Amino acid sequence: MASTDITGRAGTVAPARPEPRGGRHARTPKKPRRENRLTGHGRPALLFLAPFLALYLLFIVGPAIYGLVMSLFNTSMVAPGLGEFAGLDNYAEALSSNDFWSSLWHTIWFTILTTPPLVALGLVFALLAERARRARWFFRLAFFLPYVLPSAVVALIWIWMYTPELGLLSRAVTSLGFAEPDWLGNPDFAMVSLAITTVWWTLGFNFVLYLAGLQEIPRELYEASAIDGAGPWQQIRLITVPLLARTTSLVVVLQVIASLKVFDQMYIMTQGGPNFATRSVLQYVFDVGFTDLRSGAAAAASTLFFVVVLAVSTIWLVMTRRQEPEL
Amino acid sequence: MNSPPVPRSALTRRDLLRATVLGAGAMAISGCSSIGAGLLATPPASGTVTYWNLFGGGDGIRMREMEDGYRKANPDIELRTATFMWGNPYYTKLALSTVGGRPPDVAASHLTRMKTLVLGNLLQELRPEDLERHGITAEKFNRKAWEAGLVDGKCYAIPIDTHPFVLFYNTKICEQAGLLDAEGNLAPIEGPDAFENALSRVKQVTGRYGATHGITSPSSAPWRLFQTLYAQLGGEVLADDGARVVLDDTKAKQVLDYLRMLTVEKRLMPGSVDYQGAIALFASGAAGFHLNGEWEISTFQDAKMPFSMTLVPNVFGGPYVVQADSHTLVLPVRPEPDPAALDRSIGFVRSMLDQSLTWAQGGHVPTWQPVATSDAYQKLTPQSQYAAAATAAVYDPPGWYSGSGSNFETVMGSAVGAVEAGDLSPEEAIAQLRSKLAVLAATASPV
Repeated sequence: MASTDITGRAGTVAPARPEPRGGRHARTPKKPRRENRLTGHGRPALLFLAPFLALYLLFIVGPAIYGLVMSLFNTSMVAPGLGEFAGLDNYAEALSSNDFWSSLWHTIWFTILTTPPLVALGLVFALLAERARRARWFFRLAFFLPYVLPSAVVALIWIWMYTPELGLLSRAVTSLGFAEPDWLGNPDFAMVSLAITTVWWTLGFNFVLYLAGLQEIPRELYEASAIDGAGPWQQIRLITVPLLARTTSLVVVLQVIASLKVFDQMYIMTQGGPNFATRSVLQYVFDVGFTDLRSGAAAAASTLFFVVVLAVSTIWLVMTRRQEPEL
Repeated sequence: MNSPPVPRSALTRRDLLRATVLGAGAMAISGCSSIGAGLLATPPASGTVTYWNLFGGGDGIRMREMEDGYRKANPDIELRTATFMWGNPYYTKLALSTVGGRPPDVAASHLTRMKTLVLGNLLQELRPEDLERHGITAEKFNRKAWEAGLVDGKCYAIPIDTHPFVLFYNTKICEQAGLLDAEGNLAPIEGPDAFENALSRVKQVTGRYGATHGITSPSSAPWRLFQTLYAQLGGEVLADDGARVVLDDTKAKQVLDYLRMLTVEKRLMPGSVDYQGAIALFASGAAGFHLNGEWEISTFQDAKMPFSMTLVPNVFGGPYVVQADSHTLVLPVRPEPDPAALDRSIGFVRSMLDQSLTWAQGGHVPTWQPVATSDAYQKLTPQSQYAAAATAAVYDPPGWYSGSGSNFETVMGSAVGAVEAGDLSPEEAIAQLRSKLAVLAATASPV
């Protein structure tokens, strides 16, 4: 919605090129694109897709359908077969469970906490790194590097930094004269601490996407605007940000989905605690399925979560389609 | 397929990074070759024993030493071992491999998790006549551990140790606090006031805290302390194999009030530290006592600090009890019975029992009486100082959702930890316990 009027404004700046090409690819939903290819090229396209499709059916679609079937049964982790038919009992159980709803809220709260800073800081650091005259490669690498680390390594580093009384951050905060927050031990603050860790860890991905988007903006626009007397701040506000609208859409949708999928950080750093305050919905599924051995109930809970993610993706798809009438 | 668009100049960099990540991942996978051997290798030829366990750290080193001892004594038998991550990931793999007809010959299991495996028909019954061929008989074990491991009077698991919750104390700090006896051991502490008094005297020496124990996470640590004190009052949590909640609110409140007084009100223990933080505070001398499982002995030995260990005090009187669990060795059900493999497996179990002294160095109290009563073990200090805990052990209540690392421990420990951290009042914690336990108790068992 916001980007619709941005397109208009961008159009006044560069009427000949309404949108950078790369951006269009980015936001084109993958399904229509595949259909286009199929109608355009027929059998060869299918052949090229076959290896992917085979794996996709075998490891994604197949298990998903099996999970859907399993959610209708009292399937046990330690017994062969599906077990006795349960109808919609598992769904009723999840929907009436306080634990399910509170863990779903924790996941959404985590998404709310992480998405805005990850998008905004990704843009800010990309702009800064782009402006660097020297050692640009260093800044690019520095911001991207944490993303390469496995989640367990990130979690261990930050557990040490957050250690009460002895940890690096605690020392830093107390030496500045502030009362030390109980980073991971306070149920109200633990999620914020996890969000900070996640921002540090995954910022690099959005950063790289924004860097790519920045390179797509024609230099002439800046030169022309400079001649017309635009300062750097005006250039960022009126040229860079509007022309990055498509990258922003991509970054936001990828970020929301990534944040909804959160599991590792909580599982390693807080085990969902203290007192269940950071248990994400995926950990609820894990607890029911793997700790309680109730695969059927876990499948029902994860199907419900799938519906939530599907709803978010659909809303996004509709919104981005509206932006692209030419499709 | 839907990889994000990147201009050509940046594409190579991304590819390079992605390749680096993939390469690192491949290295990580090939690094786990010992697990791969256990999971993927062709069916072992005759004359092999496969053994899965979940022992890391110092326990892992000692277990490998014992495995080498077995290899040396049985050069004609090939021993294949795999160590998995502790807790649920391990039990999931053990259960699924057994359901899938590819179990290991011998596997380690916590005593409190073993019963769920038995209910799922995943473990072989160990018949007395088979065990006797290898000299394994009930009376050679600590009675408590042996009987706790029986299901309907039948044996499915051989307990190799009891690992109780114990009291670590810094000998230097406790000496300054005047808490040691003439021989340099901690003088007996009995009753709630005596324990509180001991902690405040230590606090005067350290200037920080009297004792520490892990509170915020993982939740199993507060559960262990709660269970110890609650059982000293004679309280029980579950009955009828978990189908009924018999939590005694008065007793639970008494324990929670006491813990709240030690942490929130008098600051004798830090209320908001996690497991590692509690260890670090004790190791750095910020506290004179530390409540934890005896397995952390190696950590403090490595820290080269002056410490010793003893039984958790009998705070609430009554017959002395303390929270504990046992490591057991079990034989998962095989697709086809194989008497020769059964004999090899039991032979391996016997070899582990005979090496109990090695295992005991890691703090665990041996259940195998030939070792537990030996001079060599008695001379092993501080490990033998709390050996009485094996007989006073109270295990997690039976139930499909109970046992080491279970949701039951999480539910109990989270509420207790929240009281100690000052986030919940004892009344609120009991209400939370009741509502969460009621859900679990009402759920049909998946096994």
